[in-house]
Amino acid sequence: MSNNNWPLWEVFIRSKQGLSHRHVGSLHAADAEMAIGNARDVYTRRQEGVSLWVVPASEITASSPDDTEKLFDPANDKVYRHPTFFVLPKEVDHM
Amino acid sequence: MTNSQLTDILLRLGDDSLVLSQRLGEWCGHAPILEEDIALTNIALDLLGQTQSYLTLAGSLLENPQTDDELAFHRDASEFQNLLLLEQPNGDFGDTIARQFLFDVYSLLKVQHLEAQSVNTDIAAVAAKAVKEIRYHVDHSSKWVIRLGDGTPRSHDRIQKSINALWKFTDEMFISDESDNAGTKAGLLPDSSSMKTEWLSRIKSTLNEAGLTIPENVNMKSGGRKGQHSEHLSIMLEEMQVLPRLHPGANW
Repeated sequence: MSNNNWPLWEVFIRSKQGLSHRHVGSLHAADAEMAIGNARDVYTRRQEGVSLWVVPASEITASSPDDTEKLFDPANDKVYRHPTFFVLPKEVDHM
Repeated sequence: MTNSQLTDILLRLGDDSLVLSQRLGEWCGHAPILEEDIALTNIALDLLGQTQSYLTLAGSLLENPQTDDELAFHRDASEFQNLLLLEQPNGDFGDTIARQFLFDVYSLLKVQHLEAQSVNTDIAAVAAKAVKEIRYHVDHSSKWVIRLGDGTPRSHDRIQKSINALWKFTDEMFISDESDNAGTKAGLLPDSSSMKTEWLSRIKSTLNEAGLTIPENVNMKSGGRKGQHSEHLSIMLEEMQVLPRLHPGANW
């Protein structure tokens, strides 16, 4: 198999039970249509999904690893943001 | 329609998908890109599943009933009734796509009819499952024909050459013998001349979109339905059948 210059696409699948699409991996394709076809063939062979999204990897803006401290550390000591201090009635136990 | 005519019809359906499946399987690990490697072998597996159903039905009609495996592995080339188109070697990726495209469109028309008919409900049930698979096959091969035809001058020339080289095998899809005619008369098979018209219009529309043309004055070849095959088939079968023939009844 030869290398190709086709762009990289990120693949998202919504499973039968799932409410939202989840990232499952990436693949190469020349255009969006081909990316959907390839995603179907590569990632849904075992009945994984009922809906597919493909997104050009180049269109994704990612946070920089250098910013990790700045972005995420401030949340470390703010446990009060988790609503774990409320006692829930039994009927809504599975929140 | 006699039992032996129905057997012929089923063997043709089964042999078409078996031979094409085996050919596509040869791409495993060799396709131009990983994604396409998986796509081609997925299609091969769809076809193999269809083969199992058709050959099981065919085998049960024989005077001495045979299993799908016995029919697949213990018949010689002259007993296969597949189209000559499908035994043609893979060639390059464009040749494989052209062969697939010409067959997929034909296969979809045929199987859509098989799904809708009520003469034989067993066949209708197999077709109902197959038709969804084949719809995807048509989509896959048509888009590749358009992509290659409408791509670079080089890809355009190469896929046009593939279409030209394989066109001589297309007439055979619509030649009917007594078994086919009996199937059509009974309502099991579609009428081959109206199917040819529909096939040609669909093929033309995709080729048009791809900027490709149908070659003219081609000497058509046939004989596969009667068991008259090229040496390509016997070479392919030799590889496909060697294990079950060396170790009959082997299990894993």
